[in-house]
Amino acid sequence: MSLLSRVSEAPNMTELEDGTKVFRTTQWSPPGCHDVACGLRVFVKDGKLVKVEGDPEQPITNGRLCVRCLTLPEYYYHPDRLLYPMKRDRKYRGQADKWERISWDEAYDIIVSEYHRLTEKYGYDTVSVWCGTGREASGYQFQLCNEVFHSRTAIHANGGWSCVIPRQTAMDWLLGSAYVEYDGAFGFEDRYDDPRWECPKYMLVWGRNPLWSNPDGLFGHSTVDMMKRGMKLIVVDPRASWLAMHAEIHLQLRPGTDAALAMAMNAVIINEDLYDHEFVECWTYGFEEYAERCCTMTPEMAAEICDVPAEDIYRAARLLAQKPCTASVGLKADQNPNTLQICHAVWGIFALCGNLDNPGGVKLGQTMKTAGATGRKGVGCQIEEEDTNPIPIAGHDQYPAMDFIINTTQPDCTLDTLLTGIPYPIEFLYIQSSNFISSCITQQPKRWLEACRHKEFIMATDIMMNPTIQGLADLVLPLSFAIEHDGFVSLHGCNQPGQFNAIRKVIEPAGECKSDLEIMLDLDHRINPDRDLEAEPKWKDPYNYLNAKIHNFPDVPEDVTYADLCEWVYGRYEIPYYQYKLGLLRADGQPGFKSPTGRVEFWSTVKNKLGEDPLPYYEEPRFSKISRPEWAEKYPLQFTTGARRPTSFHTEHRMIDSLREIRPAAMMEINPVTAEKYGISQGDWVYVENPWGRAKFKADVTPIVKEYVVNCDHGWWYPEAKDAELFDVWKSNINELMPHKEIGKLGLGSHYGALPCKIYRAED
Amino acid sequence: MATYGLMIDNEWCTGCHSCEIACRNELGLPRGQWGIKLLELGPWKKLDGTWETKYVPVPTSSCTLCEDRVAAGGVPSCQLHCLAQCIEYGTLDELAQKMEAKGYKCSVFLP
Repeated sequence: MSLLSRVSEAPNMTELEDGTKVFRTTQWSPPGCHDVACGLRVFVKDGKLVKVEGDPEQPITNGRLCVRCLTLPEYYYHPDRLLYPMKRDRKYRGQADKWERISWDEAYDIIVSEYHRLTEKYGYDTVSVWCGTGREASGYQFQLCNEVFHSRTAIHANGGWSCVIPRQTAMDWLLGSAYVEYDGAFGFEDRYDDPRWECPKYMLVWGRNPLWSNPDGLFGHSTVDMMKRGMKLIVVDPRASWLAMHAEIHLQLRPGTDAALAMAMNAVIINEDLYDHEFVECWTYGFEEYAERCCTMTPEMAAEICDVPAEDIYRAARLLAQKPCTASVGLKADQNPNTLQICHAVWGIFALCGNLDNPGGVKLGQTMKTAGATGRKGVGCQIEEEDTNPIPIAGHDQYPAMDFIINTTQPDCTLDTLLTGIPYPIEFLYIQSSNFISSCITQQPKRWLEACRHKEFIMATDIMMNPTIQGLADLVLPLSFAIEHDGFVSLHGCNQPGQFNAIRKVIEPAGECKSDLEIMLDLDHRINPDRDLEAEPKWKDPYNYLNAKIHNFPDVPEDVTYADLCEWVYGRYEIPYYQYKLGLLRADGQPGFKSPTGRVEFWSTVKNKLGEDPLPYYEEPRFSKISRPEWAEKYPLQFTTGARRPTSFHTEHRMIDSLREIRPAAMMEINPVTAEKYGISQGDWVYVENPWGRAKFKADVTPIVKEYVVNCDHGWWYPEAKDAELFDVWKSNINELMPHKEIGKLGLGSHYGALPCKIYRAED
Repeated sequence: MATYGLMIDNEWCTGCHSCEIACRNELGLPRGQWGIKLLELGPWKKLDGTWETKYVPVPTSSCTLCEDRVAAGGVPSCQLHCLAQCIEYGTLDELAQKMEAKGYKCSVFLP
C-alpha cells in the first residue's frame, strides 16, 4: 500500500479574467524558512510578481501564511537583491565598492580553476562547504561537498553543533529512531478528524517556541490547532512565551538547568509507580539503573537548582504519566554542554510512560534516508560505506564520537583547524546560505572572520549582500527564490509524516539568478565531466535529480514522477503508528528499535562505548554564579538568546521595511524591577557586556523574564548602514559574548545562553 | 440588510501580525497605515499568579471587510492568513451567537 497520495485535485494554475495567472506552489527557501512547505498562491501578471497569498488547499497550513511570505514581493523586488555573479579581487575583501559583474561562465571558470589549483596543492579535503540552518541548500550540502568536490569538509559552524544534531543523536541512541516530533496527524487525509489519531492530553514543550521557529519542517501553529481541540500544555522555558502564558504549568527554570528538572520529573514518575510496566518490560533496556540514577535528583533538589516550585515538578510529572501525552523539544535542549543528558531524560519520560509512536504520543521518525545525517562510522545509524581514510575529518580526532554522529567537521575544532591547518589546511570556502559572522550560528564571530580572512579562495551564494559575504568573499553567485526554481520539500526529509510537496518555478528568475541545485549540477558537469550520466541520471539536470530524490523515500510508487508531483503540488505522506511492533524501524525488519540492543536504551550502550556516562546526569552551567562565584559581583545578570520572532528567519529579512516597521531593531527583554534598578526605560539603548565582548540592544521592559535574566535578540545586522563596517554587524552581536569550545564531553552542545553579563545604559 | 463584522477569538490570537500585512496587501496601503492593527494588552502577572495577556487585532476605518473577496466567494484576507485562525467574518447575528457559545475572551468589530 502506498503511503504517498495526492492531496488536492485543484489545478496547479488558474487564469483570472484580467490575464493574471495564479500559480499554486510551496515555499521553503530562499528567502529563508525551514522546510515547512506552506502553500502559496502566487499571482503573476505579464511576468511580474503581483502578490502572494496562502493556499487553502495545503492540508497543514490551510491558507495560513506568516508575514515573511506575505511580504515576498517586497523582498523579490528589493533594490539590493543580487542579480548577477560578481567577483572582487582578494585584496579588497571587506570593501563594498570593489565588486565587478561577471558572466556565469567566468564565475564557473574561476571556481573550477581555484578548485584544481587548491586541491592539487592541499588535497581534496581543503575544499569546505558551509551551510546555515535548515534552508533548501542544506539538502544539497553533502552532495556538493562529498560527491561533486570529493571532500569531507562539510562545515556547520555552530558551537557544539548546537542545532538539532544533539537532539537527533539522543533520538538515535536512546529511542533507536530517527527524528521524533509531536504527533499532529500531519500525514492523514482528514488530519485531526482521522479516527486513528488521538488528541494528546498534554504536550510538554521544552525550550522551544514553535509558533515562530517552525522547526525543521513543523508548522508551529499546529500546536494551537491542538490546544483548540483540548490539548493542554506544560512549558519549560526561562521566558514566558505565548505558549508558556497559556500553559497549565509553566516551569520557568533558571537558564541551563534543564537536566536537573528532567531527571526529577522521571524520579516522580518512578517513585510514584506511574510508569507503563508493560512497555518498560517489553521494549526498554537498563530501566533499573536509569531509575536509580534519576531518583538521585529529588524534586526538592531540582526545585532549588532550577528555581521552580517543587510542587510544580510533581504536578507536571504526574500529568505527563497519562496516555497519550506528547513532547515538543526544541533548540534550547541542544545549546548546553549537558545536552545529551537533557535529551535523554526528557524523552525518557515518554519512554517510561509508553508514549512512543502511539496515537497522540511522540511520533517516532523512520530511518534516515538523506545523506549526511549519519556519521562516517555508523553505530545505530545505517551507513552505506564506512570511511576508512586514516586522516580524521577536522576535529574528529579530538572528539571521536563525531565519527558516529554526523559527516561534518566538529564545529568548534574547525575554528582551530582554520587557524592552524591541522589536520589539513582548509583554503577553499564555499559558503551557501549562511551569514555566519552575524549573531546566529558562530560563537565569537570576529574570530571566525579573522580565521577565514586570509584563506586562498572564498565564494558564497545568496540572494542579498550580507556582512559575511562583504567581509570575506571573492566571488558571489545570485540565488533564485523558491518561486523561481524547481525543488522538493518534505517534513524533515520524510522522517516524519506530513508534507511531500513540489516547489515550482512559477516565474522567470530575476536577473541571472540560479538555484542551489542548478549551480551544483553545473559545477558537477565541469568538475566531473567523466561521470556516467546514464548510470547516474540524477546528475543530468534538476528534473532527474528531483525525480531520483523523491524515489529515495520508502513507499513512493515507481510510477509517480516529479512531473506528477508538480501537477499535484501537495502530496501527503503517512507513516504508521507502532512501527516498533511492526518491524519498521530496524534494518533487519524485526520488531524493536534501531539501537544495538533493539530496545529503547535507558542505559545507553552507545554512550558507554564512546566513553560517556551511559545514564543522564546534571552538569551545572559552566559560567553560573555557582560555577564561577568570582564573577558574580561584576556580572550579576545572565543572558539568554535565540528567541524567535515572526518577522525574520535568523539573520534574514532585516532589509524588508514592512518587517522592520513591526520590529525595528535588536531588542533586549528586561524585567521591570531590573530596569528600574539600572535606570533603564522602554526603548533605551543598553549595553550588555561580559569578559568576551559587548553588544547593544533596545530595552523591552517586560515581566516575561525573571529579574536576573535578560533575553537578547540574535541575528541582527543593519542593511541600511551601508557606510558602516560590514553593515554594523558588531553593534548588536550577542554571539561575541559567548565562549569558544565550552562543549560537552562528546563534542556536542554549547552555551548560547546561561551566560553572565552586566548591563548599562548606552550614552553614545 | 444584515450588518457584517469580524469576530476575534482573543484566547487564541498569538500576535503573528499576518492580518496586518495581509490587509495592507489587499488594500494597497502605504507603510505607516493599517486596515487592521494588532494591539497588545499586558502582559502582567495577576495576584493569583496567572497572566493577564491578550492580543487584540482592531480593524481600522480603512477596513472594507474585503467586499470584493467576499463577493467572489472568499473570506477576508485577514481571516485566510491568520496563523491561529482566530478571525471570523459573518453577520452580526451569527457572530453574536458564536461569541455567546464561546463565552469568554472574544470581541466583535464593526469597522
